[in-house]
Amino acid sequence: MSATDKLLDVQHAIVEFHIGGLVGGSLLVAVNDVSFSLDMDRPEIFTLAGESGSGKTTLSRLLLRDLEPTRGRVLFEGRDLATIRNRSEFKEFMRKVQPVFQNPFETFSPLRRVDAYLFDTAVNFGMATDRRAAVQVVDDALQNVGLSLEEVSRRYPHELSGGQTQRVSVARALISQPKLILADEPVSMVDASLRMEIVNLFRKLRDTQKVSVIYITHDLATAYYISDRIAIMLRGCIVESGPVDDVLNRPFHPYTKLLIESVPEPAPKDREAWARHISLGTTEVKEYGRVGCKFAGRCPQVMDICREIDPPDVQVERRMVKCYLYTEHTGEPSPGKPT
Amino acid sequence: MALVSVQDICAYYRTEIYGISRTVRAVDGVSFELNPNEIYGVAGESSCGKTTLIKVISGNIKPPLKVYSGSVNYHFWSHDVDMLHISPEELRDNLRWKEISYVMQGSMSVLNPVRKIIKTFEDIVDTHEGIPDKKKFFEQAREHVNRLGLPTEVLTSYPHQLSGGMRQRVAIALATVFQPSLIIADEPTTALDVVVQRGVLQMIKDIQAMSNNTVLLVTHDMAVHANVADRVMIMYAGRIAEEAPTEIIFNAPLHPYTQHLINSLPMIGERSNKVSLRGAPPSLANPPSGCRFHERCPYVMDICRTEVPELVTVRDGHRVACHLVKENSL
Repeated sequence: MSATDKLLDVQHAIVEFHIGGLVGGSLLVAVNDVSFSLDMDRPEIFTLAGESGSGKTTLSRLLLRDLEPTRGRVLFEGRDLATIRNRSEFKEFMRKVQPVFQNPFETFSPLRRVDAYLFDTAVNFGMATDRRAAVQVVDDALQNVGLSLEEVSRRYPHELSGGQTQRVSVARALISQPKLILADEPVSMVDASLRMEIVNLFRKLRDTQKVSVIYITHDLATAYYISDRIAIMLRGCIVESGPVDDVLNRPFHPYTKLLIESVPEPAPKDREAWARHISLGTTEVKEYGRVGCKFAGRCPQVMDICREIDPPDVQVERRMVKCYLYTEHTGEPSPGKPT
Repeated sequence: MALVSVQDICAYYRTEIYGISRTVRAVDGVSFELNPNEIYGVAGESSCGKTTLIKVISGNIKPPLKVYSGSVNYHFWSHDVDMLHISPEELRDNLRWKEISYVMQGSMSVLNPVRKIIKTFEDIVDTHEGIPDKKKFFEQAREHVNRLGLPTEVLTSYPHQLSGGMRQRVAIALATVFQPSLIIADEPTTALDVVVQRGVLQMIKDIQAMSNNTVLLVTHDMAVHANVADRVMIMYAGRIAEEAPTEIIFNAPLHPYTQHLINSLPMIGERSNKVSLRGAPPSLANPPSGCRFHERCPYVMDICRTEVPELVTVRDGHRVACHLVKENSL
């Protein structure tokens, strides 16, 4: 498969931040050797899941070219994002990759009418020459999210509900007819009774508009509900990735197991299991700086090798797991095999 | 006997600007009781009056919030307190932190970023009990955090050095220094991810089991209530929609709103189609007539548009406000 069959191809991306003072300080690897790709002609919902501080947002900034990788490459439609140099090329890229942010009330200025953003986007990306010509484009985008220009026109953000504002935010992203939407925690600030309509919307967009969606979240239940594939992140590394049914129904990596076990079930039948004690990482920086597997300090199945060398990516069935428990050494007893 | 009995509270925000007055009916006729030794959950969407209810219960009533009717009575083992007619001095000296403490959502904004955690402990203890012996105080603080399962290092750390979950647990440790009778936790885990959330809630449960006090846990996350609370109250637009023991709320909910909240929760391993309710939560400045849920209710009847449903007891400990449900029907 050549590189151009891929809509998005992240190859061994590494992002390092320098923390501490001018002299001394230390390096924090926020994204650590991350690779994944999305196919060009098969739109899908790809979830990046992980706890706070796992590098999800840094990775999304990388994909939006808001940040350049320290090492590694991000290719969009076969083109390295680092080679985008001038404004018009960047605009062309922005037209194809659009973000949806977490808090709908912070996305829009409270002093500005929400439809103004939609018209601006349409004109800026050349979808229409002026405001009047943009009416059709804007209305189409709003129809796709179940709203109409009539409902939204001349309204300020506070006059719409959280769910509606978030739908307008998705409509804005749709105006330029993107190939990829990056949604960073799009439902965490939306009221519980309106949350599912946003989630359903992404599924509808994938099926009708052929848009791929990267859904960034820590909510595994909604991730299971809508996504096709999932990647679990821990301290900058993808520790397990694969089809969502496989990963969430039968997790392999001990961290994924812990994560799924910790999702509170909305039924009071399994309270005892959920109340079993777990150990938490004290500080994020400590785990980021850990040599070897980042989960070694909390892993119930930890081995000596986990603390020394970074575990390799192991292909098991249809998924990838970054764990020594699954390294294949059949003949000799490997240092990684549990006894 | 109940630890706190709240009777028919009506608390409104009233503002008057240039002669235009606006009343937000944040809490409208709410009555319930908190028993000793239980975790009581309050659930509801944003702007349904959860936080206002907490303000009233904790005696933190400042304009424009005003309590128009009702009473909040505390029954401590030694004495009773009428929360709405208490002097600010007595509230500060005898109740806050000693009997009632409060865990807030953003632990980062609770802790002073330029002071070590131990200094915040010192401030609190010094204000409420005084510190005669510094060495002894440090020893007590260390014992306290260790008992709650936190490492001693947190005391000498600055807030930014700790992870979000650790900070929230420090905030809980601060709230429990004096073993209060009532701990109010307002969305204590909303900004946290599932693993950390589990750790923080386990800590709250442990503290409750250790000192047999009452925890008022407010969160919009029904799944948290399912795993932590003993009884749950569902609020909608400033009123109680339903109140019952956790098992009943989840297995046999009667109010259409509760039913929706529970049925719309996605679960791993199950992918049936989930939908949102039509419409949006009502504005409390201009709430709908009759049942406040009628505009969004799938079973709406004529009577719902005009008459406010009473909160009726359908069986022991299970109260519902819906015209579909009759008193003592179960």
